[in-house]
Amino acid sequence: MKALTVFLKEVKENLRDKRTVMSALLYGPLIGPILFVLILNASVTRELDKAEQPLKVPVVGAQYAPHLLDALKQQGLVPQPPVADPEAVVHAQDADVVLRIPAGYGQAWRRGEPAEVELVYDSSRRDSSAQEHRLREMVQAYAQQQGLMRLVARGLPPTLAVPVVAVGRDQSTPQSRAGLMFGMLPYFFVLTVFLGGMYLAIDLTAGERERQSLEPLFANPLPRWQILLGKLGAICAFSLASLVITVVAFAVAGRFLPTEKLGMTLDLGFAFGGRVLLLMLPLLVLLAALQTLVAAFAKSYREAQTYLQILMFVPILPSMLLTFAPVKTADWMYAVPVLAQQIGITALLRGGAVSASQIGLCLVCGFAVALVAVLATAWVYRSERLAISA
Amino acid sequence: MIEVSNLRKAFGKVQAVDGVSFRARDGEITGLLGPNGAGKTTTLRMLYTLMKPDGGEVRVDGVDAAADPLAVRRTLGVLPDARGLYKRLTARENIEYFARLHGVETPQLHARREALVDALEMRDILDRRTEGFSQGQRVKTAIARALIHDPRNVILDEPTNGLDVMATRGLRQFMQALKAEGRCVLFSSHIMQEVAALCDRIVVIAHGRVVADETPDALRAQTGENNLEDAFVKIIGSEEGLAA
Repeated sequence: MKALTVFLKEVKENLRDKRTVMSALLYGPLIGPILFVLILNASVTRELDKAEQPLKVPVVGAQYAPHLLDALKQQGLVPQPPVADPEAVVHAQDADVVLRIPAGYGQAWRRGEPAEVELVYDSSRRDSSAQEHRLREMVQAYAQQQGLMRLVARGLPPTLAVPVVAVGRDQSTPQSRAGLMFGMLPYFFVLTVFLGGMYLAIDLTAGERERQSLEPLFANPLPRWQILLGKLGAICAFSLASLVITVVAFAVAGRFLPTEKLGMTLDLGFAFGGRVLLLMLPLLVLLAALQTLVAAFAKSYREAQTYLQILMFVPILPSMLLTFAPVKTADWMYAVPVLAQQIGITALLRGGAVSASQIGLCLVCGFAVALVAVLATAWVYRSERLAISA
Repeated sequence: MIEVSNLRKAFGKVQAVDGVSFRARDGEITGLLGPNGAGKTTTLRMLYTLMKPDGGEVRVDGVDAAADPLAVRRTLGVLPDARGLYKRLTARENIEYFARLHGVETPQLHARREALVDALEMRDILDRRTEGFSQGQRVKTAIARALIHDPRNVILDEPTNGLDVMATRGLRQFMQALKAEGRCVLFSSHIMQEVAALCDRIVVIAHGRVVADETPDALRAQTGENNLEDAFVKIIGSEEGLAA
């Protein structure tokens, strides 16, 4: 089979190209896992820090409500010296939230009217909302406690003030909570496959034509579809290598993610990785054919690069769709390439099972669509125009 | 032997090749002479089945190119107008890639490669990557990979284009050697001196048609000009696009 000769030569030649190797086997597959670990660690650490650390808040007018302040201190508040202009301080981001107790607090309290305290904060700053929340909860806990004590003091049952209680029954599991957080993960796998093969797809068609080596190649006694087959094989080999590296990197990175601190379980191990590889196989072939098809229409390397960067946004669509307009997954979705990978990998992340029939549907339909793309590419490859360099 | 009869090819409204017929015999060097844009490259591209003719017939060693293009490509060694090499491969790897595509077995491959490397005097560049090769080194490598399967028929599109004097001399000697081995050598050129010095037969093409198909001597006799240059100008009808 002469297609094998083409395949071996393309692999050898591209392994010598630093840019292709770096992007297909290093940056491409590793940037996702590394970003994930860094971002997740940073955000988790920040959340935990905020929850556990004492809440340092400047308090204005502390002398008007010593009792309230004692109660808040017990809940973890560390009052800071008062500031002259709380609004200006919050605006300048010198404090996330300032507690201001008006002079009329004591008077209102003694009259049995709701005594006001003010929380000065800026809701457009995401950082400050956590602090504001904690402080508000502390004040409310104090208020509720005092309210109940007033009822008891008047000989009334404290339950009187609580006519309705909403009790949440959270049906999420530690795994599904992780799935929510890792919604973009399937797209990372698709993107890795896309980037892993992209430089080759460009180089093997548009690049070869630009360097004027396609015409001599076509003068050899083998049908063009065999040449195409060898080239597609080389693209798939690179994108597969890229995908395997990503899957392994995620399996390793999974161990360094502090997910259990968030009450989540994330299994990115080899059982997960193996299923991801299986689900991705048809997409590997489909993307290789589509990339080659697009590159065959370009007159130059640069033009092909531009087209492919546009094509890159197509696989994002299902991810975006599912993120912004969540739909109930249905079996037919496993018949649609890209969408099938998206929901399949999401289901695996959520700890749900992907049935054999769903995997079968994904593979059969995926390969059928890939075959159509390969045939379309073979048809374009037969054209006279393809071989002629400008 | 390459036989071409009434070959036609149009690109849109431009009739690039308009009924070209000629014959290139074994053991002879046949020159395809014509100004730039006369249709030489298009004619050759139809010979090595890169393009399909709109009409007419190409036969190589008796095989119809339209019926069995793979068989025709097997008996042809082609140096196309585009001679891009794989720059991340060495000259040796470039040559061996094409040998494998032709299905040349390893022992023959080694023998044939050694013979070509000696004949083309390219041993010093054999194991260098072709990136940064001079024009002459590139042409040598491209010719070696085109002839690695020992073809009976050799098609060279403007082989001396861009070569210096020494490289051109070497290439002419190489073509004479191919002829002496009994091969059919067909090459195109827009340089009159070159065609005159090398060819047993000259096919002059202008505006997609054959305007003369003679030996150099007959050409001189036909036009009544002693000087070949004047003879060509008379045949083509203008001096445009030819180089002395």
